[in-house]
Amino acid sequence: MIFYRYIAEFMFFFFIFLTFAGALLAVRTRLLMHALLGLAVSFLGVAGLYFYLGSLFLSMMQILIYVGAICIVIAFGIMVGYTPEQLKEKKIAGKNLLLGVSAAVVVFSLLFVAIWRTVWVPAVTRVGDFSLAWLGQNLLYNYCLAFELISVVLLAAIVGAIILAGEGREEKVR
Amino acid sequence: MMLSDNLNTYLLVAVFLLIVGIFGMIQHRSFIGMLLSTELILSGAGLNFMAFNRFLSPNLAVGQIFTMFIMGIAAAEAAIGVSIILAVYRKYKTVDPDEVHDLRG
Repeated sequence: MIFYRYIAEFMFFFFIFLTFAGALLAVRTRLLMHALLGLAVSFLGVAGLYFYLGSLFLSMMQILIYVGAICIVIAFGIMVGYTPEQLKEKKIAGKNLLLGVSAAVVVFSLLFVAIWRTVWVPAVTRVGDFSLAWLGQNLLYNYCLAFELISVVLLAAIVGAIILAGEGREEKVR
Repeated sequence: MMLSDNLNTYLLVAVFLLIVGIFGMIQHRSFIGMLLSTELILSGAGLNFMAFNRFLSPNLAVGQIFTMFIMGIAAAEAAIGVSIILAVYRKYKTVDPDEVHDLRG
């Protein structure tokens, strides 16, 4: 029995490795398509971590929405808007690199100290489970405002995106 | 004690996603690269919510609902961001954020 737990622990570190490697690839490569691939790999790793956090539904949603929708939208953005010679970013300036590393180190040290020094206390009473039935009940009864709000936000975003992207086109036709 | 059963592990992974996102936002030389970094930061926020939901929260559905909310916001943000990038590209014919500076004083 303990053997399977070690396999599960190994897979956990594999998912963390996927997350880290994908994130580093997304920020360090100069070809934008490779950066997008790194982003997708990182999202797959985060989906695996969601599985370890108990929610199979959210990990499936992560793959469906992040890897399936957002990465494809950004891929269209790269392919439609950029000419091939612009696909390669310019050489990264040394000043920007220094600024980025220092900002990252400062934020990391602050948050690391905060995480390390805090004593986390779980809630006294904990209700519910990770089943889809419990999630759906809460979503439609107690938290239905969030449910409705996200649909309105998505509708407004899609209409706005169509209007923004279609703006300059009509002049060309005339 | 297994590391996959520890809150601090997940929090540190989320902090790593956040700092990589901040680093990428500063050092990328194109709009799309900055958009990618924003997605990394949002993903780290979602991981934080799921971790607190699993270990501390009084109702196990709240964190999952908020993570779904973040996913929807991220999808909306990606669509809007890509269309703004297309509009800027059509007007300025450039992808370098430093060259779009009409409002600079």
